[in-house]
Amino acid sequence: MKKKEDALDTDGLTRRSFLSKLGATGIAATAAPLLAGVVDAQVETSPSPAKPTGAHVVPVTLRVNGQEHRLQLEPRVTLLDALRENLHLFGTKKGCDHGQCGACTVHVNGRRVNSCLSFAIMHEGDEVTTIEGLSNGEELHPVQAAFLEHDGFQCGYCTSGQMMSAAALLKEPCGEDDDSVRECMSGNICRCGAYPNIVAAVQQARKRA
Amino acid sequence: MQTFHYKKSTNVEGAVASGGPHASFIAGGTTLVDLMKLNVMRPAMLVDINALPLDKIERTPDGGLRIGAMVRNSDLAHDATVEKEFPVLSQALLSGASPQLRNMATTGGNLLQRTRCYYFRDTAYACNKRAPGSGCAAMDGYNRIHAILGTSEHCIATHPSDMAVAMMALEAVVHIRGAKGERAVPLNEFYRLPGNTPQIENVLEPGDLITHVTIPALPEGARSHYLKRRDRASYEFALASAAVITQVQGRNLQHVRVALGGVGTMPWRSKEAEQALDGKPANEESFREAAEVALRGAKPLHDNAFKVELAKRTLVRALKVATQAA
Repeated sequence: MKKKEDALDTDGLTRRSFLSKLGATGIAATAAPLLAGVVDAQVETSPSPAKPTGAHVVPVTLRVNGQEHRLQLEPRVTLLDALRENLHLFGTKKGCDHGQCGACTVHVNGRRVNSCLSFAIMHEGDEVTTIEGLSNGEELHPVQAAFLEHDGFQCGYCTSGQMMSAAALLKEPCGEDDDSVRECMSGNICRCGAYPNIVAAVQQARKRA
Repeated sequence: MQTFHYKKSTNVEGAVASGGPHASFIAGGTTLVDLMKLNVMRPAMLVDINALPLDKIERTPDGGLRIGAMVRNSDLAHDATVEKEFPVLSQALLSGASPQLRNMATTGGNLLQRTRCYYFRDTAYACNKRAPGSGCAAMDGYNRIHAILGTSEHCIATHPSDMAVAMMALEAVVHIRGAKGERAVPLNEFYRLPGNTPQIENVLEPGDLITHVTIPALPEGARSHYLKRRDRASYEFALASAAVITQVQGRNLQHVRVALGGVGTMPWRSKEAEQALDGKPANEESFREAAEVALRGAKPLHDNAFKVELAKRTLVRALKVATQAA
């Protein structure tokens, strides 16, 4: 995912790396160290990204999208932060960081969960699937194809969470009508208000799946 | 977030031995991780109980249910027996949170949810529940979502659970393992009113672990319903909710159980409303009378007086739906 982003950039400067440099040189000196953006920046500029420091770093093995990763993490690192900052799987988004928006939705053992409300250390032995692992190689998941076809997004920030929710929904008990889809998708907030297209996309994916 | 030590338990004995005043059990984590990020809860040690073998829903000899503390809210809501025989419980669970959160949240954890009071969740404010003796910022603050039943001058925070309201009506019993052994506490005696000690929310001692919840069988032909009123159609806490269970014998009601959510400092069983309905005909007049009785002790505040009437209408409506289905 990261490589792709870099490759797209002709100046060798991506949005992410630009913000990182800005953070390291500009913001970090003045802002409180706990500001999310600054933490992101330190992560990106560090030669060993996002390795939390402190007395309690422990080995944690995570299995994500079929691949095993051995990490050194503090117990307080959430699954969301481990995915983004340690494994560089930036497809999973941090929205509210409090389980209220659904942007961080991933699958754990096939079930959708809010990765922001769980510690990574609790998921040793679990099979975690992120948006990066949803497609079958180059072949899009039916949900991804349907979101493209129905324009199920505007800014795209909530989209990976929406699609992970929708993909899980295909295997859950959920009524057939649009109202049921709205209820089953209510854990994913879209502030652009792309809901009508999201519902249409989910319905199409359900028909084809 | 404050750092903490982490330990995973694989059996109940080990978990209980690891518990204590500075440790928290972590199951789904949906309340605890949220509040740890806000520095509202700061356990020095987390004991992960996700591997405990407490994830079964089983039939009890008397026809009731034994629900393991680690049964996820989504699994309980969609359990065939719960859907068929205890619809009030399924409806309550599905009206709470989101599908993702219900996949994480557990039966035991749901009972122990902390309040959504804004002042409890924000360490900049006084809160007797979070910092005993510091005062209650909600009392003179914006208290639209706060309680009207069971309040004290020290705390007006509501209990946020939907599931627990249904379980109150179902007369659930909480089974606890602690340092001193096992004990069973009826849910109606599990929670504590805030009084002078709002920081103490239930009868659990440090290190106590909820292992399971039992629910007795309902009488033949009993109907139940959960109705929730909130600011948006989904994924929102109750402003008022009602769990009702009743049998209609001829035209009259019997075995009536009533509990209210969103209005009490604990999931609110109204035995007064139950007594008012017992033997009465299933009609609007009886329902309204019961609603008046249920809210008789209500103490509305500056911003939540609307809850008194909302709760009454919610209860009347829930009773209508439950008895129409009969």
